[in-house]
Amino acid sequence: MNYDNSETKKWVRITEAENIPLREGRVVQMAGHDIAIFNLGNRFVAVENKCPHRGGPLADGIVSGRSVVCPLHAWKIDLESGQVTNRLEENPCVKTFAITVRDGVVMLEVPVPEEHHVALQPPCISQNAARLPAMSAGD
Amino acid sequence: MNRLVVVGNGMAGVACVEQILKHAPKFDVTVFGDETHVNYNRILLSSVLAGEKSADDIVLNSLEWYEQNNIELRLGVRITRVEPIDKTVTADDGSVTSFDKLLLATGSNPLLPPIEGSEKDGVHVFRNLDDTRALLARAGQRIKAVVIGGGLLGLEAARGLQVQGCEVTVVHLMDTLMERQLDFTGGGYLKSKMECLGVRVLLDRSTSAILGNGKVEGVAFKDGTAIDADIVVIAAGIRPNVELARNAGLQVNRGIVVNDFMETSHPDIFAVGECVEHNGLCYGLVAPLLEQGKILAATITGNKGPRYEGTVTAAKLKIMGVDVFSAGDFSEKSPGTDAVRYEDAALGVYKKLTLRDGKLTGAILVGDTTDSHRYMDWLRTQEDLAPYRKQLLFPGPSEDAGSDIAEMPDTKVVCGCIGVTKGAIIEAIHKKGVNTLAQLKECTRASTGCGSCTEHCQQLLKAVVPEFREESQNILCKCLPYGEEKLRDLVRGQRIFSVQEVLDIYGNGLGCEICKPALSYMMDVVWCGDHDEDRSARFINDRVHANIQKDGTFSVVPRMRGGVTSAKELRRIADVAEKYNVPMVKVTGSQRIDLLGVKKSDLPKIWADLGMASGQAYTKGVRMVKTCVGTDFCRFGVQDSTKAGIELERRLEHLFTPAKVKMGAVGCPRNCAEATVKDIGLIGQEGTWQVVVGGAAGKKVRKADLLITVESTEEALQASTLFFQYYRENANFLERTYDFIERVGIEKVRRETVYAPLAVQQGLRERLRKSKRLARDAWLEGDEPRHPTQFVQIEPIEKVYR
Repeated sequence: MNYDNSETKKWVRITEAENIPLREGRVVQMAGHDIAIFNLGNRFVAVENKCPHRGGPLADGIVSGRSVVCPLHAWKIDLESGQVTNRLEENPCVKTFAITVRDGVVMLEVPVPEEHHVALQPPCISQNAARLPAMSAGD
Repeated sequence: MNRLVVVGNGMAGVACVEQILKHAPKFDVTVFGDETHVNYNRILLSSVLAGEKSADDIVLNSLEWYEQNNIELRLGVRITRVEPIDKTVTADDGSVTSFDKLLLATGSNPLLPPIEGSEKDGVHVFRNLDDTRALLARAGQRIKAVVIGGGLLGLEAARGLQVQGCEVTVVHLMDTLMERQLDFTGGGYLKSKMECLGVRVLLDRSTSAILGNGKVEGVAFKDGTAIDADIVVIAAGIRPNVELARNAGLQVNRGIVVNDFMETSHPDIFAVGECVEHNGLCYGLVAPLLEQGKILAATITGNKGPRYEGTVTAAKLKIMGVDVFSAGDFSEKSPGTDAVRYEDAALGVYKKLTLRDGKLTGAILVGDTTDSHRYMDWLRTQEDLAPYRKQLLFPGPSEDAGSDIAEMPDTKVVCGCIGVTKGAIIEAIHKKGVNTLAQLKECTRASTGCGSCTEHCQQLLKAVVPEFREESQNILCKCLPYGEEKLRDLVRGQRIFSVQEVLDIYGNGLGCEICKPALSYMMDVVWCGDHDEDRSARFINDRVHANIQKDGTFSVVPRMRGGVTSAKELRRIADVAEKYNVPMVKVTGSQRIDLLGVKKSDLPKIWADLGMASGQAYTKGVRMVKTCVGTDFCRFGVQDSTKAGIELERRLEHLFTPAKVKMGAVGCPRNCAEATVKDIGLIGQEGTWQVVVGGAAGKKVRKADLLITVESTEEALQASTLFFQYYRENANFLERTYDFIERVGIEKVRRETVYAPLAVQQGLRERLRKSKRLARDAWLEGDEPRHPTQFVQIEPIEKVYR
């Protein structure tokens, strides 16, 4: 977890587990965040649905082990730590959220806003586009 | 330094000079050529006539080569006299050049039988590049061409002219085609193949006159019959060009007489190639003249010793789809000769071997020449065939693809045209640092003749050069240590139906963004769509059937077959654009309309409102067929390109492909819809369609290669779909048609699609049909999504408000 521990947090019931298909991601809007929830088969993980590179929707990425590959420019993000793993010189990361499944329902631990709170944005340094193996540029 | 003058800038003369240069530099070299071109590959002139290659493609030695080797090149200059006592040559430009050594490589001239009227306008020969260009200038739709002579050259000329649109008749004096290379049965098979291609064949006809008033109008025969003709090509054989030698007083029979050292009767004059006669034989093929060149180079540079002992010659017909090979003596008449035969009339395959004392003396192959290398070797080595006697015509399956090459002895000839052995290739690799096919060609000349040994050369490179690029390209990604071809075999052989299963069994169990989409496609093509599709292994575009944009929204491109739409469709598109506040509506480069900036959750509703099929603009699949107006309205159109394009799109739409496939159909050669730079293009001409493949106008620009020329629209569609399925099955994922064709070679593609045996074509068609039967318009999923949350965000059970 890399968000501020001083925040007040709360576990929230989100959705039935079967609504998140195996090795895919789905988005839920919660407490001012777009949160991507992934079903990795043996567990669920959740991160902010925003690639540190250009804000790509991580929930739409291809899952590779415990990582997801952003569909826009193929940045690879470790879903446990939130770290970008295929950019050597930089170390940006995305916000992660605690997640669990109880009685077949996915639950997220989300910060409860106290006052005017804006989500912390990791620095975005590189503008280099990664190799994009399966991207369609246009018609 | 001594001056070496070479008369003749053809393959024999220049190949010999190349060999001479390999010895220490001993000469100032001057080469005279009466043609105005650098040395080119004469064997491939028929490919130029057939439009398969351009004149540039067949150049063997560029001008730079002559410069780099300090060779004085005198093009367009004909030597008219040789003075053996003064040791000079006189040219038709009046210049006189003295020599220390003279090399005659004057080649041969077309044999012109005494036919009345052969001086008329429209009578051609087919011997050099200028002849070829003249023929190309005359050829065209509805031009009636008569080729006199049913030998190798005549048949190749006939097919070339026919591809150019001519109505072609081959007239042959004998009762069977290529009688010097084929027996009567083989000639019969060849005749029916030529007739299948649409070339008319008249046998047993002796031409008596070429008719017409100054210009060719017809051809008359001795039996009193006659046929119409606009052009006549005389291909009745060749005659060694010996005039210079005879006038210089050298010993000349049919050709310039040379001994085993390639010396003529004058100590400082040598001769090589088609103009020479050795042991009573004149040769008209490439292999002998290259062998002679090597001997002569040794002799002339003071390394006299190696002897020319004659060449086992082989002839190969270079007509796409008509495989004919002949070598040695195929006659069965001499006592003690056994013949081994195989025939399959339906497949058009005929093979015959002749053996004497257990050794091969001759081979004829029609319809299937894959074993020609083996027979050529047996002829050369005179190996005792007793151990193979039962498998002479049917080689057992080799253990793996590379083993043939591995077991091949170093002395075995890989390139039969140039005479390059396996040992020579390996030496070039080790000693000269050769590691690409291009370097190998440059260094050894291997595969620069007819090109049929290219695959063998590549296999050798692959086996010997660790970093040969084909190999490294082959591994899909680090998740799976296999190439795609191997994986396809594994998937098929082990009956694996899902991406995850492949990863679990053969890979690291995880997969990544590179291998997962590739494996997804592999499942689709191997099982023709009858597999367990794993959406999680596919790119987002293929999960929601729209193209993701930089802000995470999507673009929607409905199918608009052939770029033809209607007021109703346009109105619905306009309504959708307004109703969903579509930020941008754009006409694409592919003759359709793109709605950009659409929210994922709106996709199913938009598809329903549009009532149009998915245009697959988001996927590696069938994009569209761009068309021109064709014959309906255009005043220039000669083929109904719009209708053909729409039909092609209908037949292939909703299918997936290794990379996107963009097609085009144009109704006349003005090419308004740019079919020559599409993956598949149909080019309408008066009375025919050209089907072209492998064009590109993206990151790379490439003119498409001709696949085939056909008469009817249906044939054009059939040829296109054959290529389409072949590409689907054999290309690597993300490999566009133009890269695929450059990797595989258009000749191989032709051989395995439009000129493949019927059974192979049927296999391709059947698999395409199955895929098509199971393919659906992806947008129908809007009504019944694969997964309930496919297009929507999760609606949380509990909410937290801020």
